[in-house]
Amino acid sequence: MTARVGVVTFPGTLDDRDTQRAVRAAGAEAVPLWHRDKDLHQVDAVVLPGGFSYGDYLRAGAISRFSPVMETVLEQARAGMPVLGICNGFQVLTETHLLPGAMLRNNHLHFLCRDQKLRVENAATAWTADYAPGQEISIPLKNIDGRYVADERTLDMLEAEGRVAFRYATAGPAADGYGNPNGSLRDIAGITNEAGNVVGLMPHPEHAVEPLIGTGRTDGLGFFTSILKKLVGA
Amino acid sequence: MSLDTVKHAADTPDADQPWAELGLKEDEYARIREILGRRPTGAELAMYSVMWSEHCSYKSSKVHLKQFGEKAPENDALLVGIGENAGVVDVGQGYAVTFKVESHNHPSYIEPYQGAATGVGGIVRDILAMGARPVAVMDPLRFGAADHPDTKRVLPGVVAGIGGYGNCLGLPNIGGEVVFDPCYQGNPLVNALCVGVMKHEDIHLAKASGAGNKVILYGARTGGDGIGGVSVLASETFDAAGKPAKRPAVQVGDPFQEKLLIECTLEIFREKLVAGIQDLGGAGLSCATSELASAGSGGMRVELDTVPLRDSSLSPEEILMSESQERMCAIVEPDKVGRFLEICEKWDVIATVIGEVTDGSRLEIFWHGEQIVDVPPRSVAHEGPTYHRPYARPEWQDALQADDPAKLPRPADAAELRAQVLRLAGSPNQASKAWITDQYDRFVQGNTVLAQPEDSGMVRIDEETNLGVAVATDGNGRYAKLDPYTGAQLALAEAYRNVAATGAKPLAVSDCLNFGSPEDPAVMWQFAEATRGLADACQVLGTPVTGGNVSLYNQTGDTAIHPTPVVAVLGVIDDVTRRTPMAFAEEGQLLYLLGDTREELGGSAWSQVVHDHLGGLPPRVDLERERLLAEILISASRDGMIDAAHDLSDGGLVQALVESCLRGGKGARLVVPDALDPFVFLFSESAGRAVVAVPRSEELRFTDMCGARGLPATRIGVVDGDELVVQGQFGIPLDELRTAHETTLPGLVG
Repeated sequence: MTARVGVVTFPGTLDDRDTQRAVRAAGAEAVPLWHRDKDLHQVDAVVLPGGFSYGDYLRAGAISRFSPVMETVLEQARAGMPVLGICNGFQVLTETHLLPGAMLRNNHLHFLCRDQKLRVENAATAWTADYAPGQEISIPLKNIDGRYVADERTLDMLEAEGRVAFRYATAGPAADGYGNPNGSLRDIAGITNEAGNVVGLMPHPEHAVEPLIGTGRTDGLGFFTSILKKLVGA
Repeated sequence: MSLDTVKHAADTPDADQPWAELGLKEDEYARIREILGRRPTGAELAMYSVMWSEHCSYKSSKVHLKQFGEKAPENDALLVGIGENAGVVDVGQGYAVTFKVESHNHPSYIEPYQGAATGVGGIVRDILAMGARPVAVMDPLRFGAADHPDTKRVLPGVVAGIGGYGNCLGLPNIGGEVVFDPCYQGNPLVNALCVGVMKHEDIHLAKASGAGNKVILYGARTGGDGIGGVSVLASETFDAAGKPAKRPAVQVGDPFQEKLLIECTLEIFREKLVAGIQDLGGAGLSCATSELASAGSGGMRVELDTVPLRDSSLSPEEILMSESQERMCAIVEPDKVGRFLEICEKWDVIATVIGEVTDGSRLEIFWHGEQIVDVPPRSVAHEGPTYHRPYARPEWQDALQADDPAKLPRPADAAELRAQVLRLAGSPNQASKAWITDQYDRFVQGNTVLAQPEDSGMVRIDEETNLGVAVATDGNGRYAKLDPYTGAQLALAEAYRNVAATGAKPLAVSDCLNFGSPEDPAVMWQFAEATRGLADACQVLGTPVTGGNVSLYNQTGDTAIHPTPVVAVLGVIDDVTRRTPMAFAEEGQLLYLLGDTREELGGSAWSQVVHDHLGGLPPRVDLERERLLAEILISASRDGMIDAAHDLSDGGLVQALVESCLRGGKGARLVVPDALDPFVFLFSESAGRAVVAVPRSEELRFTDMCGARGLPATRIGVVDGDELVVQGQFGIPLDELRTAHETTLPGLVG
């Protein structure tokens, strides 16, 4: 048997088909989920992909958070189902308060698309077990509202509990993808909940799963192989 | 206020009508009266005025554009030619690809963000209307001087608009151009290209046939945006009191709505629910209804008061003219209407049956039961005026061509040569455009094989077979100013070469012809020469023009922009894993210069950057050579003989080397061939050339192939170290090159 990984499509979701491809590339079964449908169709994990759900009108992720499908996702996530939020999906997760903090407009005020170096800080979550702690990976970043913020107390708590999952790697030249791209506090690129089943990050692992496509790297595949191994114990 | 019905028009033949304010000429107005046998109603006048505008009717250009059809080369790949929303090309394995480039120049000057954004939206709907899933966009852009204050207003707005709209649609932006020249001050060129993919059987056409079929308008509500001259008419019709404030003539885009429209339309196509489809762009409903009816077999009846509105105070004339974005019009058989509306509801897209196809021959439009339009649709959509505008070679052309760049001072020594290489690498036109292209999503959809700054953008269209398509756009207004015939051919040759350099076989052309006022005989001559040059060259290269767009009146006062034909070439590659990138990535690989280098500096980047000079003749064009070079590049790519290739164009060999070295993070060591002067070797812009990196193991095979086919291939150096070295002349560390190349644009507009 293999694992069934649901990929939610909201109106305005863009990376749903890419994410399904990444799930399949890792060897799992990709199950499309529709925002109006509360039923998760027996999936074992859920990915909220990137895009501009509801046009990012009002605030990124603010409207999607009230979709029927999110009621079930929220309930299941609290019960331990692995959930990954990528970019807009991460914004939805913070809107639901499954993850703390929020994303503000990039400090340079522009949309930025580039190949970004990240450091894996927590390799013990459901979505990062195939990486080594401290490992540097390079995956695409593309957003305009990507600056992670939270109050000092929350940031300290995240650090103390090891819940910073990814940081923007800064020990190298910008031409090689190093540097904090948007002013995110403490260089945070992604975080996890206490239990480690819910992970959100701004960069896009699903765009780095094939050697020829996009950046030419496959550094993002580990997210999807991690979850497959966890679910089927392979 | 009273409704100007057909009956009222017949009863009041002498009523004054604002035809001149709407941009119609006296004889055009007379012709409308003759067609109708009475004066037009206000609504009819509005329809004719927009549909007979230069933008919609091509009245000044069409006598020249018809060459693209007459001289079209035999090409089995062409499935749909000029005249539809976009041309369609067979790329094999049952796939068809549609692509088109269009202008949104004037709106982008007035309101850079929305002008550029809606330019993307419009071209994407054109591609969608053919039945295709849009898979990539590109934007050829031209601005005034890079350091002019207005460029700081226009450029960031245009770039943010393209990004803001395109990124939100989930379409990778994979290429384009950015050119600065004072001639575009006040007349920036914002061209937009979209590529779409479908299976052959999914091709859809814009026609309304089958009496009883329903006309469905779906997408955004209709508002008052984008109503240009029609406000003149509205002020005739309405009392001054209680009239809504003037709305912007530039449309306002909603990319979220467009994304829903795309997914909704693709689902409708999958279930084969439409008999004909047309997007709403310029001239809005006037255009969609008249074109659909004109191309179909019957007439059409529309109840205009059923159109969903954003602003209930809009007059029927305004509704007909509105250019509100994100709308489509479909012709649907009655038994499929239910399912059609269900799919629209699923995607939260508003859809309304606004009329039906009739067995008559007229386009009839009603407003609360009263008839306000009764016209033969062809007379609106396809039988607009045709002008044979006078044209004449300008008297200054000879002096311009006689102003030979050979007389310009050249670098006196190696140090000056080195300084000029750096100056060119950092000049606004040659500098890295990453500040711009990094604001576009190039990864979305997960099929991007190559994107800017590569020679062409390339996307995979089949994940199983690795079939892909490549597109490049090019245009050089400086060359075209010196000689419009040759300039247009050079634009085609460069785009063709760029596609081949990445390993794809060039198949077809789309063009965006940006010129000044057609009322100026000198501009008209440039237009006539450029179209003739392009049509002739397409015939030789076997790449038909499948569609495109003409943008005239790009001028301020008496000063026109440089004639700027922008040419897009689409190519196919059977296996994208064989694509050739531009980066020099492997130390020790051998660098070969393909083609002949002559002393050709007319219109060159060197003459512009170092001497602010434009004169002489552009580089010579040899289309047979271009074809041979392309064949060699494609064969070498397919058979794994080269690891990198980069076309030579503005800035010459040295600019190409700078770009390939920086892209791969590797230096190069060059030897100037005996027969060439180092300056000419580095800066000449002779066409028909490329530089390639050949693995040592492939050298013999590669040079044998070039020798056997008769393509000059000169070994000029090797990939090596972290410096660009021209032996006996100079060396420049990559870091110094990178700083020169990459800091210019952020410094100017960042």
